[in-house]
Amino acid sequence: MTVLAQLAERLQQGDAPGVAQLTRAAITEGVEPRVILDSGLIAGMNVVGARFKSHEIYLPDVLLAAKAMYAGMDLLKPLMIRDGIPSRGRVVMGTVQGDMHDIGKNLVSIMLRGAGFEVVDLGKDVPPERFIQAAIESNAGVIGLSALLTTTMPGMRRVVELARERQLQGKTRVIVGGAPLSREYARDIGADAYCFDGTSAVDCVKSIFGVS
Amino acid sequence: MSGLRGRLARGERLISDGAMGTQLQERGLLPGACPEQVNIEHPEVPAEIARLYAEAGAHIVQANTFGASPLKLSHWGLDRRTEEINRAAVQAARAGVSRSTLVAASIGPTGRLLEPYGDTDPEAVLAAFRRQLASVYAEGVDLIVIETMTDLAEALLALRAAREIDASMPVAVTLTFEPSPTGFRTIMGTGVQEAVQALSANGADILGSNCGLGSESMVAVAREFQTHTRLPLMMQPNAGLPVLKGDTAVYLETPDTMARHAQQLLACDVSIVGGCCGTTPAHIRALRAVVDGRPLRIDRRPA
Repeated sequence: MTVLAQLAERLQQGDAPGVAQLTRAAITEGVEPRVILDSGLIAGMNVVGARFKSHEIYLPDVLLAAKAMYAGMDLLKPLMIRDGIPSRGRVVMGTVQGDMHDIGKNLVSIMLRGAGFEVVDLGKDVPPERFIQAAIESNAGVIGLSALLTTTMPGMRRVVELARERQLQGKTRVIVGGAPLSREYARDIGADAYCFDGTSAVDCVKSIFGVS
Repeated sequence: MSGLRGRLARGERLISDGAMGTQLQERGLLPGACPEQVNIEHPEVPAEIARLYAEAGAHIVQANTFGASPLKLSHWGLDRRTEEINRAAVQAARAGVSRSTLVAASIGPTGRLLEPYGDTDPEAVLAAFRRQLASVYAEGVDLIVIETMTDLAEALLALRAAREIDASMPVAVTLTFEPSPTGFRTIMGTGVQEAVQALSANGADILGSNCGLGSESMVAVAREFQTHTRLPLMMQPNAGLPVLKGDTAVYLETPDTMARHAQQLLACDVSIVGGCCGTTPAHIRALRAVVDGRPLRIDRRPA
């Protein structure tokens, strides 16, 4: 088995020390950082995502795999920055103003990072302006909004409006998710997409950035 | 202290109360505010909600302590007031009801993901539950309801903390499930059978489910529980799933619909039936009528 195949397998098992060790080995063997990321880490994470989607495995397994992914990413990141390799895309994430619930948002952030995207996590109770400001500053292609409370959902509409006012359409897409939301609501407020769960958020961001 | 165990052992069917959060929102709880802060600032509000549920026929009312673990309260910098907030909640519930009504402490999730898959040390979660439970216990409750749990590991930590305080205190543990191709599971993947085994082995007196589902699905959950345990069951469904009307979500399941499914819950040997999100005193009144064997009064008001 090649080092990359082993890497993908250890990642699926959520074995962070194993992933770190194999990533180091691949780097030593002279494998390109981008190849280690795509054919090792992301390849493994794609299997995890597919198994999660088909209910073969559950959230804890996904979270452990994502942790293992970080263990590899931490080693690759400095090399990718050194070589000027762009990230797969940048996403600004946060729970909207007035909402203190961040588990859902954290899960989506973990899964997006696990899929190789850069996430700028603004935390919870985030005012609309702050999303826009962060998206402009970090040149993010996606703003991801989360809400658990039905009472805080209007904050999502405000972010979409602000993105329009600041002429971010075309540059930055606004995607929304959270327990009380629906496709209809997302369409109604003019969001670019509704994500039913973490896996669909990953699929959605992949399609926005045109990566697989 | 309550004789609750005896009542359940004799096969008595009890009604618990309805939603707290949506009732607080109707009374001005703002988005993002701490739902338990009202206990120390306006204790008359949770007292009134307890009174309305008791008057509607609830045998058990739950104190407004769901999110009052210090880990959760720390979101608002209120963790230093954990004892005060929990004790005030139990006092408020007692103040609203007569002596014959049982007062339960509600223990909800801390909102943290546990290690190894999350970043929170299970010891910190255990310590938080111990502190909250010591406060409600000091004030005197008849029952502890550990609820809306989706991580079995966290539920077991709360159960352990409750058991340590008083082995004779009745403790109910109810998880939140969602349908999956392999039966009902929590978002963390725990199925009913696994939950039953772990919770029974660790001393839970009452098992069941709350939130996440409307009353019809809750009947299916109850059937699954019934096949795996002979412990008393407690089921508290939502008033359906939230439906968006403009920017607000509403729960449309009527008291009548819930009462019809409550009959099926009782047929599955469920001992305690109550309501979660979106349920109101009108729902509890309808549930009480079912337990009392009174004919259902059809509620024809539009939802």
